[in-house]
Amino acid sequence: MAAVDGGTAVLVGFGRALRAAGLDAGPDRVQTFLRALDVLGPRRRADVYWAGRLTLCGGRDDLDRYDRVFAGYFGPRGRTPGPRARPLPAASSPRSAVRETDRAPGPGEDGRRPGAATALASPAEVLRHRDVAALTAAEREQVRRLLAAFALRGEPRRSARLRPARRGAVDPRRTVREWLRRGGEPARLRRRARAERPRRVVLLVDVSGSMTPYADALLRFAHAAAHRGPAGSRAATEVFTIGTRLTRVTAALEHRDPEAALAAVAAAVPDWRGGTRLGEMLRAFLDRWGQRGMARGAVVVVLSDGWERGDPSLLAAQMRRLHRLVHRVVWANPRKGRPGYAPLAAGMAAALPSVDAFVEGHSVAALEHLAAVVRGAEDA
Amino acid sequence: MGGTTAGRTGEAGDGGARRAAGPAAGPPGDPQDARDPQDPQDPQDAQEVRDPQEVRRRLEDVGYLVDEGLATACFLALRLHRPVFCEGDAGVGKTSLAGALAGMLDAPLIRLQCYEGIDASQALYDWDFPRQLLHLRAAEAAGVTDVERLEAELYDRRFLVERPLLRALRTQPSVLLVDEVDRADDEFEAFLLELLSEYSVTVPELGTLRADVPPVVVLTSNRTREVHDALKRRCLYHWFDHPSFARELAIVRSRLPAVSARLAEQVTALVQALRSEELVKPPGVAETIDWAEALDALGATELDAELAVATLGSVLKYREDTERARSLDLSAILALRAAGA
Repeated sequence: MAAVDGGTAVLVGFGRALRAAGLDAGPDRVQTFLRALDVLGPRRRADVYWAGRLTLCGGRDDLDRYDRVFAGYFGPRGRTPGPRARPLPAASSPRSAVRETDRAPGPGEDGRRPGAATALASPAEVLRHRDVAALTAAEREQVRRLLAAFALRGEPRRSARLRPARRGAVDPRRTVREWLRRGGEPARLRRRARAERPRRVVLLVDVSGSMTPYADALLRFAHAAAHRGPAGSRAATEVFTIGTRLTRVTAALEHRDPEAALAAVAAAVPDWRGGTRLGEMLRAFLDRWGQRGMARGAVVVVLSDGWERGDPSLLAAQMRRLHRLVHRVVWANPRKGRPGYAPLAAGMAAALPSVDAFVEGHSVAALEHLAAVVRGAEDA
Repeated sequence: MGGTTAGRTGEAGDGGARRAAGPAAGPPGDPQDARDPQDPQDPQDAQEVRDPQEVRRRLEDVGYLVDEGLATACFLALRLHRPVFCEGDAGVGKTSLAGALAGMLDAPLIRLQCYEGIDASQALYDWDFPRQLLHLRAAEAAGVTDVERLEAELYDRRFLVERPLLRALRTQPSVLLVDEVDRADDEFEAFLLELLSEYSVTVPELGTLRADVPPVVVLTSNRTREVHDALKRRCLYHWFDHPSFARELAIVRSRLPAVSARLAEQVTALVQALRSEELVKPPGVAETIDWAEALDALGATELDAELAVATLGSVLKYREDTERARSLDLSAILALRAAGA
């Protein structure tokens, strides 16, 4: 691809539109996309669609957005492309859109505006987003304190990986290596034992209306929890927000800077301060992530006040299901810290039989306690 | 992290250059004229496909029905030498895709089942230590004094135990299935990334071993854990959906030609109906086939609600799901289908 021709420009513009929609369609992926079209010969709309979907998407969550951007960029299916939609790059000359360089750009191909792509990318439903721009000085101080205080490591479990150790089974590989080094003379036996690893921690943070005063602090806690500790344990913390829909925010929280991370979360979560359907959310989590293995053997922490708008019996059933999968269920309820609190909310009462540790979650001290419970300290 | 990124960047240029050289260019030092006469029977020839339709047809010949997307994915995998990264519910045919590709290319299927704690000595290669020791002893008994030669002999290829990944690189052509890659831990992923981008492996004692014809690679994941993005970037991503009624029926018919058409249709319709219920584990195509097979083994040529309930255990594997299915009016679903057909 020596020079950029019109067809390539359209396709690269498509990559830009996808990036604007939040897909990770980097230059290397776009290059693969172009190569794929090259070998396919971009004759048909379906070829362009599939080549792009195969090369530019990286997960199931990307597929919906991809479909939307594709329809917006190349015009909806079945309709003849109007003046605003870009023609398929191969529409005028089959098999040559990417390879040849002397093709004259077709109508509309030079009109790629990033602005248009951004407009396409924004989801149709308008849900409230939260503004985290305004943080008071006291809040910043709290963030700093949280960051310094927490390492939310799951309690250790034996992993399948073997490490050299003083005691344990004989490690034939290292032992024989040692012998070979000494010319075949038997030497000291080398041993190995199972390594320990922290369990995966899954945080489910309630961001519904009733949790408004706490959601902020809890998310900051989640950020701190996901970032402390050795590199290995970072990947072992997963964070979801629950409300009227389930959003995985682990990736959004990856920014090291808490401000940037929380801004990313605010942009990613569409159901800020809405209602709560805990039972449905839990089912969605178990169906899409938990049952497949994310929750298996993990420590799952639900940060919620237990106000359930839906059917409490569904929540109870899903909590039982969760309890069977995980190592431990911890429920942190900010309202528990109030004097005279009793778990009367229907959701909370339904969930409690399946909860291993029911703790408070209203203050920094309470969250410190929560971290200790997750670590497996025996004071819950 | 830094190391991985650097490795990837280096590979991008390298791999591109290698591919740009084209399939005609053999490995350095390989006499071209010796290869040329064999070219028509060359393993590369079997992998030569013209378009996705051809891939689709050839996969159908070995009994694996694909839709347009998967046909395109396989076509691109063969032409661009990229691994296919398969995700989707259990039992939708992710693993059997690799078997079908192996059948289509008439190449051996080499499978690496990932699990937690898997490492290079289990996936790539190991040295046959007992044999090395034996060799050492034998040389000693024979009174070999050339220490350097003896040492070089110890790390000869004949003492190398090939594990699946190395075997896939050295078997040409071959189909490599890396099953449930999400079960392995992230250390292993970084190692896999290196292998899949270069299709070469460096054994410190031997040097770099490279595949002239890269194996066709299929990775599957059940999404228990997010696989690292760098690995996904190397791959073509395909999400397996549950098939439509017509396609699922065609799959059942092609897998179980002995089952009566009526039974296959009813079973497929019922499974499709069950899938739309909110079940803990929606049944996959594998379960549909199991069910039809079970009913056929019972001598049934037609399905009624009673028989369906009795054999529900081959489709639904959770007590809650079975209870839910029992509460449904199965005969109504069957009647609906019969009326529609």
